[in-house]
Amino acid sequence: MRRGISIRWLPLLTVLAMLGPVVAGLLGTIAPAFGYLPAANMTEWTVAPFVDLFRWGGFPHAVMLSVTTGFLATSLSLLITVLIIAGWHGTRAFNVIRCLLSPLLSVPHAAAAFGIAFLITPSGWVARAFSPWLTGWERPPDVLIVQDHWGLAMVVGLVAKEVPFLLLMSLAALGQVNAKSSATIAAALGYGRVTGWLKTVFPRVYAQIRLPVYVVLAYSMSTVDVAIVLGPNTPPTLSVQIVKWMSDPDLAMRLEAAAAALVQLLLVIGSLILWRGGEIVVGILGAKWVMRGTRSFGDNALRIVGLGAGVLVCTGVLLGLVSLGVWSVAGLWSYPDVLPDSLSVRSWSRHWGNIFDTGITTLLIALCATFIAVLLTLGCLEAECRFDFTMSERGVFLLYLPLMVPQTAFLPGLQTLMLSAGLKSGFVPVVLAHLVFVLPYVFLSLSDPFRAWDVRFGTIAAALGRSANGVLWRVRLPMLLAPVLTAVAVGFAASVGQYLPTLLVGGGRLPTLTTEAVALAAGGDRRAIGVYGLAQTVAAILPFAAALLLPQIIWRNRRGLSDA
Amino acid sequence: MNILRTAALAFCALSTTAIAQTDPENWDAVTAAANGQTVYWNAWGGSTQTNDFIAWVGERVSEDYGVTLEHVKLSDTADAVSRVLAEKSAGQNEDGAIDMIWINGANFAAMKDADLLFGPFAESLPNWALVDAQGKSVQSDFTVPTDGMESPWAMAQVVFIHDTADLAAPLGSMEAILEWSSANPGRFTFPQPPDFLGTTFLKQALIDLLDDTTVLSAPVGDNYDEVTAPLWDFMDALTPTLWRQGKAYPQTGPRQLQLIADNEVDLAISFSPGEASAAIANFQLPDTARTFVLDKGTLGNASFVAIPYNSGSSEGAMVVANFLMSAEAQTRAQNPDILGYGTVLNMDALSTDERAAFDALDLGVATLSPAELGTALPEPHPSWATRLADDWAARYGVAQ
Repeated sequence: MRRGISIRWLPLLTVLAMLGPVVAGLLGTIAPAFGYLPAANMTEWTVAPFVDLFRWGGFPHAVMLSVTTGFLATSLSLLITVLIIAGWHGTRAFNVIRCLLSPLLSVPHAAAAFGIAFLITPSGWVARAFSPWLTGWERPPDVLIVQDHWGLAMVVGLVAKEVPFLLLMSLAALGQVNAKSSATIAAALGYGRVTGWLKTVFPRVYAQIRLPVYVVLAYSMSTVDVAIVLGPNTPPTLSVQIVKWMSDPDLAMRLEAAAAALVQLLLVIGSLILWRGGEIVVGILGAKWVMRGTRSFGDNALRIVGLGAGVLVCTGVLLGLVSLGVWSVAGLWSYPDVLPDSLSVRSWSRHWGNIFDTGITTLLIALCATFIAVLLTLGCLEAECRFDFTMSERGVFLLYLPLMVPQTAFLPGLQTLMLSAGLKSGFVPVVLAHLVFVLPYVFLSLSDPFRAWDVRFGTIAAALGRSANGVLWRVRLPMLLAPVLTAVAVGFAASVGQYLPTLLVGGGRLPTLTTEAVALAAGGDRRAIGVYGLAQTVAAILPFAAALLLPQIIWRNRRGLSDA
Repeated sequence: MNILRTAALAFCALSTTAIAQTDPENWDAVTAAANGQTVYWNAWGGSTQTNDFIAWVGERVSEDYGVTLEHVKLSDTADAVSRVLAEKSAGQNEDGAIDMIWINGANFAAMKDADLLFGPFAESLPNWALVDAQGKSVQSDFTVPTDGMESPWAMAQVVFIHDTADLAAPLGSMEAILEWSSANPGRFTFPQPPDFLGTTFLKQALIDLLDDTTVLSAPVGDNYDEVTAPLWDFMDALTPTLWRQGKAYPQTGPRQLQLIADNEVDLAISFSPGEASAAIANFQLPDTARTFVLDKGTLGNASFVAIPYNSGSSEGAMVVANFLMSAEAQTRAQNPDILGYGTVLNMDALSTDERAAFDALDLGVATLSPAELGTALPEPHPSWATRLADDWAARYGVAQ
């Protein structure tokens, strides 16, 4: 029973681990935003940082960029996701896309952005493939594509990474809404494939993926690594500018950064409210459209658009990765050559030692953060079923909260706070900071399969004399091996991709593959970026492969489990 | 500074893990304390050549002194300044995360101002005797006196890298660059200020356009608008002729090399006379790249290392700083296949063998000889750099 009491507190502990750093970091941001930064001898409370911020010439455009790129990237990602599922769910083409999902999802944002940047730039791979024999471009044309003023290249990069995320979330939701029979009935009533799906299945699926969509919106508005690679710089987005101000040698700029961080937070909150309003409007219009009974709405065209977009997303990310691979072994490679003059393993041998070291650090951090996250998650879920806790809507919302608060709004404050609490920068704080982002993903990935487990297995085991712990360790967890490993892989990928938390909380003393890759991006050495981008991707993808293979090996003698 | 140091030392003496910061004058005590220490050197990590050089320094100080060197790769040196500041604000006055910073200019001025540095130590290091303190500007950093709070390890001078396949002849002045860029729009750009190299371009342009540059050695005063007017006229004319019509800029220096290799631009600014040769050897530039300096000369300065006030391994850091000024490290840094950085040493202070090692270096196909480089022009006071970068950002950095 004593064990029972301790497990009772796990949900609370989990919430603390997840939200504590976020809340603390936000509080640590508020003080400097109002002029209070004792370190720089500034102890007077004032609104001057906001006045300075509003006076900054780039402010209107930076704010506008955050909002427009956020809304554009989110709407496009959602639209493409919906078109792919509506038009192709259950077909062979869809299965191909589904197989690519996990690898695409685990490609770190920075690596994907590098790859895409090289594809679409005027001297990039696409232009080289057609130059000069078709285009006549002896020299690359002087047109602004990457880092364009309106952030469109950045939107492309975001969409390529967010479509796989939303697709995966939608697939999970589809299982819960009995989509197949709805689609069959709609088809029987003469509805086109896409129209029928949009009218009967989409409203229920959207209700399930609403929070993930909010995460996409918040992330797109405040991303730093994608914006550094693909976003504009005259001026940059607000989040990039915050990071720039944070690192300005003039310490007073720290105040302006804090003020901007609060503005960024309000922008995200405001945009989420606006999006919610948009949902209601679309809901009303959609209901009218449903009632009108239109049987088809350019269905074939929409199917082709959906497939085209899906193929573009997949090939964009994959070709980008291939280009990273080619750069990592390239000798001299000038425009307009489609391939390098010569190949060389020099870049790899040059970076190998460091990749090994930082790779070990990356894996250790990911392992610890994921282990704690899985333990807490299992504890919560087990407490839920032993004490009949039920997770309310609000509980689910709490899970998504750390993913919706812009990282730039709370991490700088967190850094100061951890230091004043006497926590030295180093391994443990970084693991705890990663936990904030790993926990939600692990929880979301594990909770459904855990809850879906047939409790009658447990009843039988209990009837045979097993304790509650015995049931958990000897029956439930072994049967849930595959979903647990998938959750581990998801947690791993989330941890490997973290840039700002590792940099700010680790004090730079814990270089990981991701921090090295983004630092190298500043240098623009494509060979080094290629090497690190690939290494980063491998670190994120390997656990997924393991999660697929291990259950099949371990349960090769259990037919009912090996294909779970 | 003294009060702070005394306080820090007193605090160290009280704490159980006592970290005594050894007096730099007592070199034996320094090397003894350094043995077994780990030094976290925060240095810009954007250049693979520099990273490799720092890794080599790590191997050597580990062999000779038992010091473990960890290179913390920064994308911006100011990150390290922020870090030390955050630690000071949190009261972490001992064993901070950073033991050594590659630093100069505004970052040094900011840290020195805010009492964030350990020292003075530089002029107590044994190898200081080899340094050319008379002939090279190693005792002032952008006109700010170093006061021994940072120790020099490389000399840099502005050169322009040009791809002779598209731009055959050197351009002798900023006016000539404008003329060429107007005739060949879209083929020139510079890193976006406040990147130090971009700001350097602004300073270089200002110096080249002014007849009398003495005002620049004093801090910016009321004369700012008047002094910089020719620069902004020049920039107004130049900007529309730049790569992407000045609507986007490379974010760092090395990014320009990639643009030349991609045949997007033909001209780039560099603060390292040997960078082009090293980049050709590394396939980062076509072998048609060469360098030139302006007729009136170009800016030069020194790169330094400084030690934060709360370093727990200041002895180890001093050992590294001292090693960086050794003939061995300096010859290697000057080798264009490795780094191609200028040396801070006085050739007359070296032994015959050491001098011979320098003389034997082949500076590389795209590197100018010391005579061709000429005497470097002094850096303006750091307040000019800050004002120019801010002003540029307000004028061109937030286009429309």
